[in-house]
Amino acid sequence: MGAVAVFLESANGTVRSTSLPAVTAARELAKHHGGPVVGIVIGGGGAPGDAARYVDKVMSYDSPALAAPLAETWAPALAAAVKKAGATALVGSATSTGKDVLPRASALLDAAMASDIIAVVGAKNFRRPTYAGNALSDVELQTDVVVATVRQTEFAAAAPAAQAGTVEAQDAGTVDALGAEFVALHATRSARPELTEAKVVVSGGRGMKAGENFKVLEELTDLLGGALGASRAACDAGMVPNDLQVGQTGKVVAPKLYIAVAISGAIQHLAGMKGSKVIVAINKDPEAPIFQVADYGLVATWESAVPALIAQLREIKKLKNPA
Amino acid sequence: MKILVPCKRVPNPEQKLKIAGGAGGTIDLSGAAWQVNPFDEYAVETALRLTEKGKGGERSGEVVIVSIGPKEVTQPMRGLLAMGADRGLLVAGEDSALDAEVVARTLEAVVNAEKPDLVVMGKQTVDGESNQVGQLLAAYLGWPQATFLASIVVAADGKSATVTREVDAGVEEKKVRLPAVVTVDLRIIGKKAVRNAGLAGAETEWEDNQRYASLKGIMAAKKKEIREATLESLGVTAAPRVKHTKHEAPAGRKAGVKVASVEELVAKLRDEAKVL
Ligand SMILES: Cc1cc2nc3c(=O)[nH]c(=O)nc-3n(C[C@H](O)[C@H](O)[C@H](O)COP(=O)(O)OP(=O)(O)OC[C@H]3O[C@@H](n4cnc5c(N)ncnc54)[C@H](O)[C@@H]3O)c2cc1C
Ligand SMILES: Nc1ncnc2c1ncn2[C@@H]1O[C@H](COP(=O)(O)O)[C@@H](O)[C@H]1O
Repeated sequence: MGAVAVFLESANGTVRSTSLPAVTAARELAKHHGGPVVGIVIGGGGAPGDAARYVDKVMSYDSPALAAPLAETWAPALAAAVKKAGATALVGSATSTGKDVLPRASALLDAAMASDIIAVVGAKNFRRPTYAGNALSDVELQTDVVVATVRQTEFAAAAPAAQAGTVEAQDAGTVDALGAEFVALHATRSARPELTEAKVVVSGGRGMKAGENFKVLEELTDLLGGALGASRAACDAGMVPNDLQVGQTGKVVAPKLYIAVAISGAIQHLAGMKGSKVIVAINKDPEAPIFQVADYGLVATWESAVPALIAQLREIKKLKNPA
Repeated sequence: MKILVPCKRVPNPEQKLKIAGGAGGTIDLSGAAWQVNPFDEYAVETALRLTEKGKGGERSGEVVIVSIGPKEVTQPMRGLLAMGADRGLLVAGEDSALDAEVVARTLEAVVNAEKPDLVVMGKQTVDGESNQVGQLLAAYLGWPQATFLASIVVAADGKSATVTREVDAGVEEKKVRLPAVVTVDLRIIGKKAVRNAGLAGAETEWEDNQRYASLKGIMAAKKKEIREATLESLGVTAAPRVKHTKHEAPAGRKAGVKVASVEELVAKLRDEAKVL
């Protein structure tokens, strides 16, 4: 049995926190594969050194030709690393980058792949949600090398290992982007925690009616130290940026507390938040399906409920930290 | 330009999913109402916009639909031809004998025969949710890929496309040489998301959402060709390597309680759920 390779995304010289659940999955998988956990870092800075804290060995591809995130160039680097390490599995978090690059790498490795796994069942066996989370499906990948993306909310963020691993610089060889060019990333700026990692998520839906009405939800979000989310309808209507979308085709979240405001609870939305520990729904329609999954439902308009909620939370905060 | 759009049929997501019990449970689709995978419908809309001289304008180019599936797929495929696609290719295959690799290898064979300028497809199916086929196909062909598109502009010379992609951090802009494989996300059916700079009138705005078939379209679709093929006739030798060993229903969430007031909600969150 071989090593387990894990794709570690990096930014500003460190491993992205979104990659740490994949490390946990890789460690679990390594128990079945018998070999070490090998981290693959593309792009340099201090990231390979930081990555070494989590894995037995880091293979670092630090070439200017690989600086831009392109599936066309990164997938061959991942495939080369897997082959060189003699790895029998490759995993990475199901981030937008992971979902773009890992399938392409699986093709180059002639490896079967499982997307968005929620559990490691065996060396080549994984559990994953299908049909918008209405089924949990176990798959067996019948190839020598297997690939999987990991649903971040289902694996804990890995802590550094007792002993840091080694870093080996790799030669990327000739890099061919096949005529693809990264132009720019227009990032949505936010001081709030990542939606996929936040302990509290407050989401608004179509019933918020306009983008400016999200201000009260932002206030509530910040009071709780959480992240802001939204339904597809709210994103489509331009009330908030698309990257706030929670759901089957948006981000999957599983915070300790999820507050859905003016969201009806379509199955595609539920698929992205049903794993939350406590769900609160505020909706003026007592029949809204969101109440079927909510631990606490309040039938009310957001116009009346949210400001009152903010006021009471402020009171509690004051009692806790008397200035 | 010639555009290939791979489409799959899926069970209506609004219908309750039946899982036959026991260890090694299976999904019972015998009573399913079938429809086209929503993202694939968006892909067809995208392809139509790229081959039209503005809203309601004259067509220029060809849109070919390809599906690997059972004979019954003919019906939803007619629906796509009624939207305006030009012809269809149905490759016989049961879902149970397909995985992402078999589908992508089949599409590779179709691309090699049809030689499209662009493959536009859904970013994922809403049943299997594998989100792999586009990326695999691009790799097999050695073509560039652009996944999760929010918008696409094909250059006037038809040699490249500039796209925006929905990524975790926001929106990424990417440029790809054609031919390429692109997969579409929800926002591609927005008013201004699709433009072919090589076509007059392509600056106009489109209607939001994918179009419905008109009566005229439905009549026209009856005469459009749906060619049939098999994996063998296309020379595809791939066999599935992803085996489903079991399906089960997730532990349901039970509905909680309705609270009467904000005060009660706060009290519950603090004293019962202990999340404040
Ligand atoms: C392929 C596909 C993928 C999809 N993916 C996703 C996804 O990832 N995420 C997602 O969210 N959706 C997704 N959807 C869309 C989904 O089906 C629903 O259309 C969407 O979730 C509805 O959003 P909503 O609940 O905000 O709007 P609506 O369903 O319109 O609900 C609005 C709610 O607001 C309530 N309301 C109105 N006014 C007030 C008020 N003043 N105070 C309190 N409540 C009020 C109403 O009672 C209603 O329940 C997808 C759909 C498709 C076809
Ligand atoms: N059986 C099929 N026939 C044609 N196209 C398919 C088929 N399965 C998947 N696709 C295409 O591949 C995309 C991604 O599907 P998937 O990777 O299975 O989630 C879909 O949106 C379709 O465009």
